Amino acid sequence: MALLEVRDLGLAIAAGGRLLPVVRGISFAVEENETLGIVGESGCGKSLTALAIMGLLEDTAIRITGGSIRFEGRELLTMAPAERRALMGNRMAIVFQEPMTSLNPVYRVGDQIVEVLRQHRDLSTSEARERTLRLLEMVQVPEPEQRVHSYPHQLSGGQRQRVMIAMAIACDPRLLIADEPTTALDVTVQKEILELLQDLQKRMGSAIVLISHDLGVIAETCDRVAVMYRGTIVEEATAGELFANVAHPYTRGLLASIPPADRDVEWLEAIPGRVPAVDQEIPGCAFHPRCPFVRDLCRTARPEGRDFAPGHSIRCHFPREWRT
Amino acid sequence: MLGYALDRLLTLVPTLLAASLLVFLFVRLIPGDPAAILLGDAATPEQVAALTRELGLDQPLWKQYFLWLGNILEGDFGTSIFFGKPVLAVIADSAETSILLAVTTMGWIVLIGVPIGILAAVRQGSWIDQATSGLAMLMASVPTFWLGLYFILVFAVGLGWFPSSGFPSITGEGGLLNLRYLVLPSLTLAAPNAALIIRLVRASMLDVSREDHVRTARAKGLHPLRVAIKHIFRNALIAVAGAFGFTFAALVSEAVVTETVFSLPGVGRLVVQSILRRDYPVIQGVILIVVVFYMFVNLLVDLAYARLDPRVSLK
Repeated sequence: MALLEVRDLGLAIAAGGRLLPVVRGISFAVEENETLGIVGESGCGKSLTALAIMGLLEDTAIRITGGSIRFEGRELLTMAPAERRALMGNRMAIVFQEPMTSLNPVYRVGDQIVEVLRQHRDLSTSEARERTLRLLEMVQVPEPEQRVHSYPHQLSGGQRQRVMIAMAIACDPRLLIADEPTTALDVTVQKEILELLQDLQKRMGSAIVLISHDLGVIAETCDRVAVMYRGTIVEEATAGELFANVAHPYTRGLLASIPPADRDVEWLEAIPGRVPAVDQEIPGCAFHPRCPFVRDLCRTARPEGRDFAPGHSIRCHFPREWRT
Repeated sequence: MLGYALDRLLTLVPTLLAASLLVFLFVRLIPGDPAAILLGDAATPEQVAALTRELGLDQPLWKQYFLWLGNILEGDFGTSIFFGKPVLAVIADSAETSILLAVTTMGWIVLIGVPIGILAAVRQGSWIDQATSGLAMLMASVPTFWLGLYFILVFAVGLGWFPSSGFPSITGEGGLLNLRYLVLPSLTLAAPNAALIIRLVRASMLDVSREDHVRTARAKGLHPLRVAIKHIFRNALIAVAGAFGFTFAALVSEAVVTETVFSLPGVGRLVVQSILRRDYPVIQGVILIVVVFYMFVNLLVDLAYARLDPRVSLK
């Protein structure tokens, strides 16, 4: 049994009395100890998927239109709110993209970590404070004895993200979702945060779902990668297989737009066009208007998911077309 | 913080000087002669001229101003033309009523405005939200004189729960029980202000609830009520604190109508009556003290901001 199992999850935005689909029946599983990367452009539905798993879509315009999310064998979508809250911040936790705004500005960071500890663990205030200090040490915040008394605005972006991570791992979650955890940070800090996440995973043995638009980040950290385009997973494989054996033209486009580290290039290849608007109906393959290898079939028939190679699934009528 | 407060108090000096000049000049723009009003219709022109000289009103304006200002610096706000008593004593007589009325009114505003505002925000879009929004609209739009009269009719005359008018001092017979005289007036005065706070608390909380850190709080698995109070309301309070300050300061002038309806011996009524009597020193004295009060409340609001929001630094 996988730790997290998402089946046919459908999400839609309620707008003007209509439901506009944004996630169209995606399925994936995350095993204990595994790092799954979900990659895609802005608006592909990857962050909404994360919020759906965490149970944070309440009071938003997003509706869950179908499917199932099972965590440790239990169905989350039909679970009573109180039961669900007992898991949130405890068995599963999330780190958000914006460290600048994700902490409450009026409370000291130490108290914000203490709050989640006391919510889920039977700890006295002093025990929770003691554990908070050790958490801040774990996430390598310098001078934790002083920093626990700091307000968020007194910390740098990197330090705030470390505090967010400390808060997320406070109760030893089995699943840690990191939604673009490094996007808002300097490149040098990015690397430190990614290494920290990997290091923590090794020590705690939890699973990580890393969401990013940056294939470089994904390549460095993930065991398995799911590529999302317009609410659908278009390609999924182990990291090694995916980068050695790209099959979907969209994934290829993402890879081609990463500047090579070893030489100067005048032009970077970009994926032509842009992500279509949510309310736009696209017949056939959702990627066909932007695909350089489009054929007639792509314009009319939606490709079904199938195995391209063992452990490598794909939604494309003509994978690896550029080789022929 | 203490240094900041002292700095701020120093900056009050030029503001106060400007205010004193404006007050002095505006009061003299009111048509009518205090001496003539004081002496009544039967007075001869000679009597009026004599009294005018006695009151110093025949002096040039600038001389009158500097005389007045100089005396104030010595703590002497002059003598009431009507009462023949020192202005400060006259004001002190009505200050107790006004201060107690303002404090009890503020109590109602917080007690009514904050919980209903929170409820409306937490239940946004529900019938509770609609009902409180309607209630707030009603409270804001009913004129206070009408509401006051209605309260008297129902709760004083009809049900006999509360006295309908006047206010014996709490230091006199009856002691603190005399505060029951202030229940209806303070509720009357609180109604439109509480309506404002209901709407403001609701709006600020909805603003804050869209912020990222609230999502973080939810992700911790906290109970929705804890998220609403500890995370959303605590941040919304920063915006609401300013409104509390201004509301409190404005109560002094808003109280005029209420004090009239309930025949309360307060500062508001004192000003109105002094204007009718052309009692220049009292009008000037009251307005100047109200200006100082406004500025003091403003200072308190700024200090409160620094307490409520760690990002605000006082310099």
